[in-house]
Amino acid sequence: MCTTCGCGVGQTRINGQSMPSRHRSNTRLHYRPSQSAHDPAHEQVSAPVTADHATDTLHFGTGIAGTHAPGMSQSRIVKIERDILAKNNQYAAENRRYFAQHGIFALNLVSSPGSGKTTVLVKTIEMLRDRFPIAVIEGDQQTDHDAARIRATGVPALQINTGKGCHLDAHMIGQALQQMSILDNSLLFIENVGNLVCPSGFDLGEAHKVVILSATEGEDKPLKYPDMFHAADLMLLNKCDLLPHLTFDVDLAIDYAHRIHPGLPVLQISATLGSGMQAWIDWISAGCHRAAAASQLPQHIDSTLG
Amino acid sequence: MHELSLAESILQLIEEAAVEQQFTQVKTVWLEVGQLACVEQESLRFFFAVVTEDSIARQAKLEIIDIAGQAKCGQCHRVMMIATYHQACPQCGSYALHVTQGDGMRIKELEVE
Repeated sequence: MCTTCGCGVGQTRINGQSMPSRHRSNTRLHYRPSQSAHDPAHEQVSAPVTADHATDTLHFGTGIAGTHAPGMSQSRIVKIERDILAKNNQYAAENRRYFAQHGIFALNLVSSPGSGKTTVLVKTIEMLRDRFPIAVIEGDQQTDHDAARIRATGVPALQINTGKGCHLDAHMIGQALQQMSILDNSLLFIENVGNLVCPSGFDLGEAHKVVILSATEGEDKPLKYPDMFHAADLMLLNKCDLLPHLTFDVDLAIDYAHRIHPGLPVLQISATLGSGMQAWIDWISAGCHRAAAASQLPQHIDSTLG
Repeated sequence: MHELSLAESILQLIEEAAVEQQFTQVKTVWLEVGQLACVEQESLRFFFAVVTEDSIARQAKLEIIDIAGQAKCGQCHRVMMIATYHQACPQCGSYALHVTQGDGMRIKELEVE
């Protein structure tokens, strides 16, 4: 565990059950610790018992220069050329394929804490539950309060607790999908951990990221947290019923969002009063119909979504 | 704080490469990090040291190669260097910029033994 901020691994839970770690492969790795010439304490470190002594061949042609010169280090350069997020993106691609095959329209809801994500979700479910089968994956560091709020609407919800983690990743979603039985042609909401920074970089396989900004926050959130607004395909401006009591400048907020993401569609809503929700409902419905239609065309499965 | 996940991903890619390419120790890791990528370099260095403790990359040197942000204006098609997402085109003032480089992170190569 990190001693500075306390974040760590192995604390992710899905509906209270711990999740198998993906960080350790089954393959046993042979390694020996680096020997530091400057640190006598490290010079005596013995090689772990797993060290590979199987080969008795001395090969002098594997150095950087491809040949051997007396006294030169035998280190070599290995080309990797792989995206750091490649692993996550692989899991995301698997999720996306699953969604496409089953006509599932998946939305990844992202925002800072307290923007009203869960309230938007509850209201949306109430308006749509008679039209589409709906399922929800809830992401929070701790508690299953949000999943309980969703289940109260009659819709199945699975809670992922990320422990100290600050975002959901595609592997967690893949595990969650195995535990859920989502009907074909469903609408799936993934409510990410309330955080405007980290979730932006992690593709979950969703059709769209939807960023929620609320009128009780600053107009300049898009400029302060550009990655999220850059990654999103739709912005909901929530709590618009409070605008008469606030100094929030809607046009300025939209202008800032468009500086980061030109053409980003913005819908002004109030989840509490239900105002402006119809445009959001229409946007979702269009997506659901597209996803369902695309799943009927196997040859176009991967290209027609989005 | 997602730098911890990124550091773990880096170690995972290194361990996969170790199995494929038969090396037992990593001395240097060269990373290409885009200026627009959502990563804090100092934080990544810190977590890299934490997660590689007792691994094949223990005490490996982390060399970060900065990749400048580059974008093309959707309005006037000028190609320019950008440092942030909210920059305007210096030629026509448009914010409709399409990022063409500098928003990714990847492991370029490793020095191994």
